[in-house]
Amino acid sequence: MSVVENKEQETLEFVRDTISQIGLTRADLIPILQTITNKFGYISQVAIREVAALLKLPTKEISSVATFYRMLSTEPRGKHLIQFCESAPCHVVGGRQVLHKLKEILDLEPGQSSADNKWTLITTSCLGVCGIGPVILIDTDLYGNVQPDQVKSILSRYE
Amino acid sequence: MTFYRSTVLVSVDPICVEKGAYELIDTLNDELIKQGLIDEVQVLETTRLGDPTKFGPDLTVYPEGTHYTNLTYYDIPRLVEEHFIKGRVLKQYAAKMMDNIDEELRAPRSKEIRVVLRNIGVIDPRNIEDYFAYDGYMALGKALTEMTPEEVIQEILDAKLRGRGGAGFPTGLKWRFARQAQGDIKYLICNADEGDPGAFMNRRVLEGDPHSVIEGMIIAAYAIGARQGYIYCRAEYPIAVSTMTLAIKQARALGLLGKNILGTNFSFDLEIRMGAGAFVCGEETALMASIEGSRGEPRARPPFPANKGLWGKPTNINNVETYANVPQIILKGAEWFSSMGTEKSKGTKTFALAGDVKNTGLIEVPFGITLQEIIYDVGGGIKGDKKFKAVQTGGPMGGCIPEKLLNLPVDYETLGQAGSIMGSGGMIVMDEDTCMVDIARFFMEFTQDESCGKCVPCRVGTHRLLEILEAICNGEGKQEDIAELRELSDQIKKNSLCGLGQGAPNPVVSTLEHFLDEYEAHIYEKRCPAKVCRSLIKFEILDGPCTGCTVCARNCPVNAISGERKATHVINQDICIKCGICHQVCQFDAIKIS
Repeated sequence: MSVVENKEQETLEFVRDTISQIGLTRADLIPILQTITNKFGYISQVAIREVAALLKLPTKEISSVATFYRMLSTEPRGKHLIQFCESAPCHVVGGRQVLHKLKEILDLEPGQSSADNKWTLITTSCLGVCGIGPVILIDTDLYGNVQPDQVKSILSRYE
Repeated sequence: MTFYRSTVLVSVDPICVEKGAYELIDTLNDELIKQGLIDEVQVLETTRLGDPTKFGPDLTVYPEGTHYTNLTYYDIPRLVEEHFIKGRVLKQYAAKMMDNIDEELRAPRSKEIRVVLRNIGVIDPRNIEDYFAYDGYMALGKALTEMTPEEVIQEILDAKLRGRGGAGFPTGLKWRFARQAQGDIKYLICNADEGDPGAFMNRRVLEGDPHSVIEGMIIAAYAIGARQGYIYCRAEYPIAVSTMTLAIKQARALGLLGKNILGTNFSFDLEIRMGAGAFVCGEETALMASIEGSRGEPRARPPFPANKGLWGKPTNINNVETYANVPQIILKGAEWFSSMGTEKSKGTKTFALAGDVKNTGLIEVPFGITLQEIIYDVGGGIKGDKKFKAVQTGGPMGGCIPEKLLNLPVDYETLGQAGSIMGSGGMIVMDEDTCMVDIARFFMEFTQDESCGKCVPCRVGTHRLLEILEAICNGEGKQEDIAELRELSDQIKKNSLCGLGQGAPNPVVSTLEHFLDEYEAHIYEKRCPAKVCRSLIKFEILDGPCTGCTVCARNCPVNAISGERKATHVINQDICIKCGICHQVCQFDAIKIS
């Protein structure tokens, strides 16, 4: 079996497992898609077709939901997801300079992934920790009161 | 609830965890067991205590409040022996207590009244017995055994509780509509999709006092006759989700949720649904579409959710703070609740203060307090003693209120008259260095991005507003722009489907009304008075103050700064991208913005 086929097989098995745990109804769709995103970083076309078949819904319905929500992705993401909070409270306490530094160090624009697949940089709406802005979230680690000159050392914690 | 002689709070923010906070907790528990102290000393996890890069891992011992810093698990046996057995402070690691250990919620100031936030930071949110100790679930007992559903609704109506999600609709009336709606199956929803930038009141309630929300929901379900409820919480709040999940499990185990609650014939159960990152899902019809597993797009109302909501069934939907108020109203009575506030807005409101104010964080104040009191007495005034410029209330659909209106008493009506809204309670204070055109552009970027795209006025209108504002900020503003902004705003407000579109132009309309001079400076003089808009400013190095320390040159991301050591540096304007980093790093105030 080729690597691609292996990957497809893994995806299919994971999708079937997930659905048997979460459920088959329409209301289970978003939790299913979220679980797939958490596992693979994105929802592949293979996964979308399998979910559609099992939930007995048209593929376009699955795609339409998968592309609507910011936390679901249909594009591959890097190993670490950096979410920069672009909301007003972070903006007024100097968030823009932090984003600038992130873009400079990673050489990425928001929405892009690095060539070595290590990083994906996205902007996010408010993370709700406005008391300690500017804020960045790397995977599940939250960093508050970030100054531009700390960005490099924060990123160096990740392999 | 078990009472302990001492409580140890160990900081588990990401940096402390990386430095071994969990190893420290494990060792501490082992050592307490070994010394036979485990029934006397309780170890709890907490958010950050001090600057973790400097102090972590650190812990605080209560009731004495000793703050120990830079500990490792090797130090634990000595700490236990000295502090807990011999009763001596281990001076080597003791640090001065920080004035403020919770950066989000400080001790209440004199003008605050804590109703919704009363238990936050006081009880252990992961232990239902703590909530019992503070009168928890007494209101539920009273409602189920002494009151009819109609009496519960009447009590909420008499209290004049209004929806804390922002629109301020009378809660009791909403409940009555849902109760009177035809149908056997009814649903109850808690809107915990707190998406307004700068608003995090609901998150702290969910994380710090989850049972107050659950109790409020059970009472509401009893009042309207619902058997199934959902808490729709945004996925950006993982701690809130895990706290609520645990709280629901605990309540179910004790018969407070599920079949025959408290031995009565009333049954109700709760489930958590997570969002997936869509701001518009805070709108009630979009939220219900999302629970059903569809794109979170709003639909036209009527029919209102009270008649046709989740899966087409009658549904009552309230916000977190609204439900959290309910148990206390039932317990203490409508008269107590309506003794606080103004004629039309009763009780208290939580706000999240952010931006250029000294004390950022959560506050809870009675309605009727003035903005002046909130910003200066509770908030401590403007950071760095700069001049106040505006306060933005109500989130991205709110407006900017200028200094001359600071004496307004805060309630749903007056904020509306001032061109803003109550919203869910975000309050962003802006100082003189803020450019109001840039702020309007910024909010429009947000709504334009979050518009679900279903209706044209919102989807295309906000995009067009943003284009005009961007042009003005870039120095390409035209004479007719102001009139066009006004006309467009008016059309978007009138013709959009839901609250997002109807409120989207508010930041533009309110800044046009109160800060027209700034728009005019941008358009006619190509000047940004607050020196924020990059196309309209220039960075220069002043000859006198510059010491030639080279810090700016080393930090410039595009190498636009040149100069010999100990000689005045120069910025090459053709290369400069106006990022402002040189201005930030210069310690001699030698960078001039003009």
